[in-house]
Amino acid sequence: MRFIEPHAHMVSRTTDDYADLATSGCVALCEPAFWAGFDRGSAEGFRDYFRQLTEYEPKRAANYGIKHFTWLCINPKESEDMALAADVLEVIPEFMDCPNVLGIGEIGLNKNSRNEVKVLEMHVDLAASHDQLILVHTPHLEDKHKGTRLILDVLKNDSRIKPERVMIDHVEEHTIGMVLDAGHWGGMTLYPESKCSPARAIDMIERFGSERLWWDAACDWGPSVPLAVPRTACEMRRRGHEEALIEKVIFENPKAFLSQSERFQL
Amino acid sequence: MTMMTRQKVMDQYFMDARHKLIDIAAFLDRVEGAEGDEDFRMTAFRDAIKHLEDGGNDRAKDVLMAFSDPTEDPIAKAPGKGACGAWPGENA
Ligand SMILES: [Zn+2]
Repeated sequence: MRFIEPHAHMVSRTTDDYADLATSGCVALCEPAFWAGFDRGSAEGFRDYFRQLTEYEPKRAANYGIKHFTWLCINPKESEDMALAADVLEVIPEFMDCPNVLGIGEIGLNKNSRNEVKVLEMHVDLAASHDQLILVHTPHLEDKHKGTRLILDVLKNDSRIKPERVMIDHVEEHTIGMVLDAGHWGGMTLYPESKCSPARAIDMIERFGSERLWWDAACDWGPSVPLAVPRTACEMRRRGHEEALIEKVIFENPKAFLSQSERFQL
Repeated sequence: MTMMTRQKVMDQYFMDARHKLIDIAAFLDRVEGAEGDEDFRMTAFRDAIKHLEDGGNDRAKDVLMAFSDPTEDPIAKAPGKGACGAWPGENA
């Protein structure tokens, strides 16, 4: 089995996780910029983080034969501070030409506040003006449905955005339909407590089809399972699905979306 | 579409679902056996449980919606970073 892990926060994982991912068939992984568990004090903290994502982490992954790609942004959890967000948005273009950068992400909303929406619009403008792919984080739990609707509105309101160049991640049963209907790609995040279980993720493939969908582990410093994608593939096999369909979900689909950036070469 | 017969779904998922259902029953016993008041989370939880008896195949969606913020406009300011799993209401 070979697979792409399209959403993993490896800065918060150990080298053992790289070894396990490689052993289970991971050929490439993508690391979106995210909240580090604490608020960074200035744009300089982000500059260091972006260097880690573009210089250091690709080397760590390469030691295990895994290609490492990344996405840059100030995440929605730190977007309430508009001044900080504006400073970070000035730093991002410095890194946009790095060889492993695929686009702007994971942007989106967290608590669906006005400032978060403004910072989302600023990121969408940055992506559109630099012709970048977009990776969107949708809010957690009770905020997801409303936040997903607001995000879809922001994307629709910018006529430069091509829906097929936007991946909306962390979809669940109440948001997957509107994301696919808007022409975007949808990601299902396999988490042990929140978001989506392997069984539900397969149910959604069975119900909505396998077009424009991927699975990811989104492993970070919280409860999460780096091998969630291959484990869910095993469960799909137990249900009797064809190998070709499994490979489509865990390899061909992420490859198709990510290959819209010429930097994504396996 | 599912590749499984209903019998295979039962064989593969019944024990897991049974285990989770008993955990929910024990959770309700634990809540009701404890001193003090419930909060908006339990109200949403009890509302969500009602959807388990619905027909059709939208139960997961309906349960998720029972916990969701139904409003449409962005809020004035983020009250913090976390989410608690149920919408506290407009005046929270
Ligand atoms: Zn993430």
